[in-house]
Amino acid sequence: MIEVRWHGRGGQGAKTASHVLAVAYLKEDKSVQAFPEYGPERSGAPMLAYTRVDDRPIRRHCAVTQPDIVVVLDPSLTREVPVTSGLRQDGMLLLNVAEPGEAEEVAKSYQGQVLGVTADQLAKEAGTRFPNVVLLGAYAGWVGTPSLEHMEEALVEVMGHLPAKAKDASVRAMAAGYAAGERGRADG
Amino acid sequence: MAKTMLGVEVLTGGEATAHAMRQIRPDVVPVYPITPQTPIIQTFSRFVADGKVDTVLLQVESEHSAMSAAVGAALAGGRTMTATASQGLALMVEIIYIAAGLRAPIVMAVGNRALSAPINIHGDHSDGMLARDSGAVQIFAENAQEAYDLMVMAPRVAEHPAVLLPVLVGQDGFSVTHSAENVALLRDEEVQDFVGPYEIPYPLLGERPSSQGLFAMPDAYYEIKVRQVQALEAAEQVFADVARAYALRFGRHLGAIDAYRMEDAERAIVLIGSTAGTAKDVVDELRERGEKVGLVVLRLFRPFPHKVLADALGGVQRVAVLDRAAAPGTFPPLFADIRAGYSGSAELRSYVYGLGGRDTAPQDIEKVFAELERPAHGGIRYLGLTGEDQHGES
Repeated sequence: MIEVRWHGRGGQGAKTASHVLAVAYLKEDKSVQAFPEYGPERSGAPMLAYTRVDDRPIRRHCAVTQPDIVVVLDPSLTREVPVTSGLRQDGMLLLNVAEPGEAEEVAKSYQGQVLGVTADQLAKEAGTRFPNVVLLGAYAGWVGTPSLEHMEEALVEVMGHLPAKAKDASVRAMAAGYAAGERGRADG
Repeated sequence: MAKTMLGVEVLTGGEATAHAMRQIRPDVVPVYPITPQTPIIQTFSRFVADGKVDTVLLQVESEHSAMSAAVGAALAGGRTMTATASQGLALMVEIIYIAAGLRAPIVMAVGNRALSAPINIHGDHSDGMLARDSGAVQIFAENAQEAYDLMVMAPRVAEHPAVLLPVLVGQDGFSVTHSAENVALLRDEEVQDFVGPYEIPYPLLGERPSSQGLFAMPDAYYEIKVRQVQALEAAEQVFADVARAYALRFGRHLGAIDAYRMEDAERAIVLIGSTAGTAKDVVDELRERGEKVGLVVLRLFRPFPHKVLADALGGVQRVAVLDRAAAPGTFPPLFADIRAGYSGSAELRSYVYGLGGRDTAPQDIEKVFAELERPAHGGIRYLGLTGEDQHGES
């Protein structure tokens, strides 16, 4: 089982990202689970969401306390939230960073793999303000699963209610994230 | 809401329940939405607004009114459903008793949540337990798939001529209502065919209009009440029959209990709801280490399946009953029910867990199985408390 924890701020799309990832893995015949952690909901407040993925049916409904992968949607969160808390030492930490190279500084005490992606900038270049789609792409490129094709299909399905222009921008942003993720994978 | 070629979707328990309601096509759904049933009525009202179902969605000013409207609609001759949770269910309880007494077969989806105070929006079974003696059938789902399946089964139980009682279908707040997971939906026409048309013997409206809600003096009240009690007792066999019919048709059998790896179990846990999945994972792990442990998940809580449960506990030596609700001043509800109807030789122990959404981790379940190897503790144990309190027991 892979357990992913998403850190975001209310309104940034961490819950949506956790769901899109689950739908993408479902397309690869996986058992999935996606759920946010509900507290007092305020726009901008730090929040958490989770995705579980397994080849076997997922039965547990307890909290994720030792994620394999952590994705951080907002560069400023690493200063106020212990994003590596519980993260497995052989796990992966995917960060939205303001500047390339910032990731190493942020995660210097973390032993596992770290990748920083300038998701805000890549999102903006693609015509959207949401870094979550860039990081979904980066996740697929870096982790190696699910495929970009399935991730895109999942994105389009989950965002079915959005106008075509917003969807197109999101797909472009995802592709840019995927490329960054693949580079991170190649760099090892 | 995403579709795949497999016919499986990623849906929350709440969304899956709303799909069941859309497919059942109730005539009337009176609502006063409350967290965490939110995704149920939110999703269902979108289906209504989009014209995907022609239900009359009645928005009223309180849960008391929603349940009252449901009683009127169901007795008038319309298939009626609603959804609620926590304080909303508490406010409905007065009218649930009336619905049961008037034999109104209303199906209610419940996103089980803690009761105030302190105010808390998260999952436990305190709300359901408040409706325990209302005369309604009460069923609990383990996950989103079960929430869907049980909702499809519910009208046939509620409307069966030997039953004619409200049915509450519970799912744990947030951990099922808001957790998206693999759910296989049936086709609309399969559901409609399984549920069939709504028929009650004495509708308020129609060719032979009846009077409802009449006064009953001491010469009649007692007999009427006992018949109502017997109707709830009859629901156990009806539920079993409906579960069998569902399994034959759709391949998923949801009986009164789910006995998991109980064959030669010496130690067992009995519980209700979403923690069952976590417990199944722990049972598998301990079984791999050669420990003879098992789990019984109770789906049908009212009427209480005493015999089925006793049979499942057959050769077990020690049983931990885990209640996600307290009954201050006495033993918690599930434990009290099991002890009342159980004459086997196993030693029964009482635990309370998960109040107000407190997480129950695999380690908590392991701890219970480990404690079952040691001598009895007596009283009630509180699982998952922090600090000083964890030693507290009554």
